[in-house]
Amino acid sequence: MSKTARRSLTGWGRTAPSTARVLCDPTVESIQHAVTGAGQRGVIARGLGRAYGDPAQNAGGLVIDMPGLDRIHSIDADSAVVDLDAGVSLDTLMRRALPFGLWVPVLPGTRQVTVGGAIAADIHGKNHHTQGSFGNHVLSMDLVTADGSVRTLTPGGASSPEDTELFWATVGGMGLTGVLVRATIQLKHTETAYFVVDTERTVDLDELMARLTDGTDDQYTYSVAWFDSMSTGSRMGRAVLTRGWGARREDLPPKLRRDPLRFDAPQLLTAPPIFPSGLVNRATIAAFNEVWYRKAPVHRRGEVQNITQFFHPLDLVGDWNRVYGPRGFLQYQFVVPFGAEQTFRRAVETISASGQVSFLNVLKRFGAGNEAPLSFPTPGWTLTVDIPIGPGLAAMCDRLDELVLAAGGRLYLAKESRTSAAALHRMYPRLEEWRKVRATVDPDGIFASDLSRRLQL
Amino acid sequence: MIDAVGNPQSLLLLGGTSEIALATAERYAAARSLRVLLAARPSERLDAAADRLRGAGCTVSTLPFDARAPETHAEVVEKAFADGDIDVTLVAFGLLGDQEKAWTDVPTAVELAQVNYLAAVSVGVALSSALQRQGHGTIVALSSAAGERARRSNFVYGSTKAGLDVFYTGLTEALRPAGIKVCVVRPGFVHTRMTRGMTAAPLSVTPEQVADVIIESVAKGREQAWAPPQMRFVMSALRHVPRPIFRRLPI
Repeated sequence: MSKTARRSLTGWGRTAPSTARVLCDPTVESIQHAVTGAGQRGVIARGLGRAYGDPAQNAGGLVIDMPGLDRIHSIDADSAVVDLDAGVSLDTLMRRALPFGLWVPVLPGTRQVTVGGAIAADIHGKNHHTQGSFGNHVLSMDLVTADGSVRTLTPGGASSPEDTELFWATVGGMGLTGVLVRATIQLKHTETAYFVVDTERTVDLDELMARLTDGTDDQYTYSVAWFDSMSTGSRMGRAVLTRGWGARREDLPPKLRRDPLRFDAPQLLTAPPIFPSGLVNRATIAAFNEVWYRKAPVHRRGEVQNITQFFHPLDLVGDWNRVYGPRGFLQYQFVVPFGAEQTFRRAVETISASGQVSFLNVLKRFGAGNEAPLSFPTPGWTLTVDIPIGPGLAAMCDRLDELVLAAGGRLYLAKESRTSAAALHRMYPRLEEWRKVRATVDPDGIFASDLSRRLQL
Repeated sequence: MIDAVGNPQSLLLLGGTSEIALATAERYAAARSLRVLLAARPSERLDAAADRLRGAGCTVSTLPFDARAPETHAEVVEKAFADGDIDVTLVAFGLLGDQEKAWTDVPTAVELAQVNYLAAVSVGVALSSALQRQGHGTIVALSSAAGERARRSNFVYGSTKAGLDVFYTGLTEALRPAGIKVCVVRPGFVHTRMTRGMTAAPLSVTPEQVADVIIESVAKGREQAWAPPQMRFVMSALRHVPRPIFRRLPI
């Protein structure tokens, strides 16, 4: 039986809390009931709360706690298709799919996200330049819409044009078109759960960007760079580039070959909730950046890495967001189109020169985007930094917004927590088109979140 | 909605001509333009305040509000929330009055108590229910160092602020489970219209300095703040000074 409880909620960044009634252990029926009985403040679905800002909270309204809806209905090993509830996490899906030799096609920096959240944020991973974003791999989805009905949507084919439109408005739609309850996903066949990885160190940002555009990047399925956000001058943007592909059985050393599909993803410890503000400071992070850069080999080819090493080094420590202390942090991620390399460089300069501290600095070259009007990835350069809340941060982010806007770039809604509504509207030129679809399917604006109010979506 | 770095999108100023309230709005607007509701008695001063904030880049609307008419307060608060969420509310209205008259003349004393205490309580109750429905928001109540310990020179004013202070401090606890934040700000001597012509006490501040304290307190989720911050230590020492000495102090 589904129950509601009043709870204070934040995103992963632990900023700007708000209070809502939370519907726990939902069923499709209780979700339909909740949607049709929604009060003035509306409803929003919440997955595992990994979005950094406020998309999965709804002050004064109802929040549906989706991880309770967690059945995997079927996995077809031959066609590599899985049919599952939207509350299933990618972690669970990986564990269940691997024994069949199946791999989740798009994985973000953490496995702790739900399938519903992955679709709603149209997440991307290190393989965006070869595989696109999560929405590209969705075969169908069941959406509870504002009238309480369940609509099965597909990206094209047999669907009516309205359903196809709604499908793509839901991909990247941050839960504002309805509640995703079930989906079928096209997985990939794989021989092992390991990766063959090439690692290179670059002395500065220019060398890194040259390396990413010399044609080698497309030969790797996965590619991502970590860069030092605090070094300035001639070493500005020095980076460690890791690129690789899924290992074949014969790539593995004999020891691993015995159980090539083992879910090899250790978690060492969980961060306790006692970190004071200010532990993440200039000295500790400069030291971390130095060590991280130095420990990387100048050039190493063909290393076999496991899931955690290659994909989710952060998942080594559970609840790592606590390290930032009680005031929380934000993640700033933007993309600018190819051709805006100058702007990109200025953004890195702005961050390096700001004195703000960040160690999760990720740089990647995106491939083609998809049809979804609010999908974040577009061809170009994306950069991510995360920074504890403190003096000067708001002003630096505002300066970065200006650079991103001037270059025709955009911010990622799953990370966004502080931009202005006006800026965001300019970043997503297809917002109006998305709003039209939303207005048709949810004329009374039942689906609402703190994000949708803050950014007037 | 207030964002991750503490920018609010909307501000309700109860006491819409208060210099501290206007300075706070201006400081916020310097970082990010926002919607401001000025609640005060209609007057030229209110119009001037609205123009001043429009000049600072705010979207301003005004709302008639009379602190002396508590029976209207619930309706005023309801109207304030009709156009959308209110992120930060300042309870900034108040009277200082002639302190000698205030303890010798009944109507003057009653007026001070009505405006500074009674009205603060009645808007506080109305705000609480609106904010609980909204599920987020912060109330900033302007108390005073004068409420910390009674002084011969301004005890009527001080007593009203002491009442306000205890009410909003208690409200902080009552609203905690609902996720609504309340911050009680206690300025010392502030250079405003209200104190013009008076000799400034030590540690005096400008409305802009109080605004800075308010903004920092809201961003950090503080429940109590002094302006200037050093005032806290001064007052906590003064609180323990024996009366025979306290009454001789030149304060």
